[in-house]
Amino acid sequence: MNPEKMTQESGAQEQPNSNRRQFLGTAAAALGGLSIAPGVLLYSVSHAKPADQPVTDAVRWGMLVDTSKCEDGCNDCVTACNEEHALTDTGRPETDAQWIRKLTVKDRLSGNSKSMPMMCQHCEHPPCVDVCPTGASFKRADGIVLVDKHICIGCRYCMMACPYKARSFIHEEIKDQKVEAPRGKGCVESCTLCVHKVDRGDGTTACAEACAKAGHRALIFGDLNDPNSEISQRLKKFGATQIRADLGLNTGVRYQGL
Amino acid sequence: MQNIRYSSIDGTSKGYYGLLGLFGLMALVGYLASHYMESHGHVVTGMTNQIVWGTPHVFAVFLIVAASGALNVASIASVFGKISYKPLARLSGLLSLCLLLGGLLVLVLDLGRPDRLIVAMTKYNFKSIFAWNIILYNGFFLIVGVYLWMMMERKMNRFTKPVGFIAFVWRLILTTGTGSIFGFLVARQAYDAAVMAPMFIIMSFSFGLAIFLLVLMAAYKWTQRPLGDALVFRLKNLLGVFVAAVLYFVIAFHLTNLYATEHHGIERFILMDGGIYTQLFWWVQILLGSLVPLALFYLPAFSKSRTAAAIGAVLVTIGGLAQMYVIIIGGQAFPLELFPGMEVSSSFYDGVVANYVPSMPEFLLGLGGVAIALAAVMAAIKALDFLPDSLADSVADPHYKPAASGSEATA
Repeated sequence: MNPEKMTQESGAQEQPNSNRRQFLGTAAAALGGLSIAPGVLLYSVSHAKPADQPVTDAVRWGMLVDTSKCEDGCNDCVTACNEEHALTDTGRPETDAQWIRKLTVKDRLSGNSKSMPMMCQHCEHPPCVDVCPTGASFKRADGIVLVDKHICIGCRYCMMACPYKARSFIHEEIKDQKVEAPRGKGCVESCTLCVHKVDRGDGTTACAEACAKAGHRALIFGDLNDPNSEISQRLKKFGATQIRADLGLNTGVRYQGL
Repeated sequence: MQNIRYSSIDGTSKGYYGLLGLFGLMALVGYLASHYMESHGHVVTGMTNQIVWGTPHVFAVFLIVAASGALNVASIASVFGKISYKPLARLSGLLSLCLLLGGLLVLVLDLGRPDRLIVAMTKYNFKSIFAWNIILYNGFFLIVGVYLWMMMERKMNRFTKPVGFIAFVWRLILTTGTGSIFGFLVARQAYDAAVMAPMFIIMSFSFGLAIFLLVLMAAYKWTQRPLGDALVFRLKNLLGVFVAAVLYFVIAFHLTNLYATEHHGIERFILMDGGIYTQLFWWVQILLGSLVPLALFYLPAFSKSRTAAAIGAVLVTIGGLAQMYVIIIGGQAFPLELFPGMEVSSSFYDGVVANYVPSMPEFLLGLGGVAIALAAVMAAIKALDFLPDSLADSVADPHYKPAASGSEATA
């Protein structure tokens, strides 16, 4: 055998050994981390629903939008949602997904104009769930309307049925997804009411968090079934309207100041 | 009327293989177009989050509606006992199956996830009219398949009437389901109307018979089998009745909408300032697709012309496609009324008319569905005895009297 080649080969053999050492080191560190992680994780989910228990209808998650506090031109809720779920701007606005968007609603007679966010209204009787042929569109017991990405066939009938234009179809390959918000080309998606945060026990959504951070507090997330929750208290005191209330869908998102 | 003899066509001519090859090529191109759309995503089509159902749906729904209508000729024979239609019943059943096949292929290949067809076939949400339609379409294949067997197998002929009755009721339910896909859309201004279901049924009568008449005339011309004027004119006169009936439903639908102020927006859009949709409605659907065919079918100058009948049927087909385009795409282009009476704007195209330009892949996929349907008819009439040897008036017209006798035919 050519001696030069032999040296090369032995050199090549050494490389995996050093890799192996490196790997073992990393693995040891990772194992160490893993043994601590559950404690850390347990601490952060102490207020959440335990993962092995089903969602119940004891709660009904909802959102209150106070349009008098929603500032025209502020887009923080939209930006936060896009970041939370890795919704990216491809430069093709007609096909890009929008889970939450800012609406400007103007009275033709008076010219009075209001700004407010619009998203999935998490209806009690969602038309998207009614029309979905496979049952991919579904409503959780706690009122959150979701799409099961495993059985969505991409027929888009839910988009035809939704009165709020709340749903988006994924028109192209998605890169850099977040584990909390799995998305897929050829499927339909919409606002999940930050179900991953809700199940984690955060008690809020990305949009409501961002709105509060901006000092507006126009978005109040909470349990509509709990009479003592802030959302219920405010609804009781000030009342609120549903968008397209004529359809009788009993939306989980309510608007004040319309 | 003599005994009808059926036989398969030779199908060995250059013309036959040429046409079959053309349809095969169109089908292949359609499949490649759908593959392109699936691998790149719908971003390569004209469809958006505003116009979610595009040109493939126009072709698919048109073919599915026409499919159930194409069965009418058989139903008139088996269910309503009109013997003059009986020789046409086999072709009627065959054409309905082939059109449904073409329409469903387009529908499935336009799904976001066509690879999940098995999910659509195994998981049902029974509150969804779409899910019901999947069952209705599958049932249609089965029932019409059995119906054809009853017609074509001498020993089974006695069951033709009951099975034909089931097929007739099934096809009415099926088109009710197709119309209700739109009728049940409570939130859309252009839909949400019970009249959608019966209107789709009468549209199916019209489109299905127009295509049937064209296929029949082409098949008999190209195989040089005799096809009598009496039969062609009877079918053409019936088609005229259906065209007039569709027109009646369209008028009733728009008149009702025009009476209610809340619908004035959508009506103004479709009838007056909807651009391409208004043009398609008045020029193609109403003028070319309804009024001109009625003139061609009934005006004395044309009523004894087979060419006029054929042109009329072609125009009904084109008008039908335009009507589907206006209903499906025009209906989506008009913005959702989130806040009735208010002006709404957003970064998501709220409150504005949605823009849609059909892309080439969409169009090719739709045409591929038509090609598959016609190629399947061509292959089937070569393989099995679908076509009567002769449909000359002397053979197939129960009212035929030899000219020499000089007496009038009695009804």
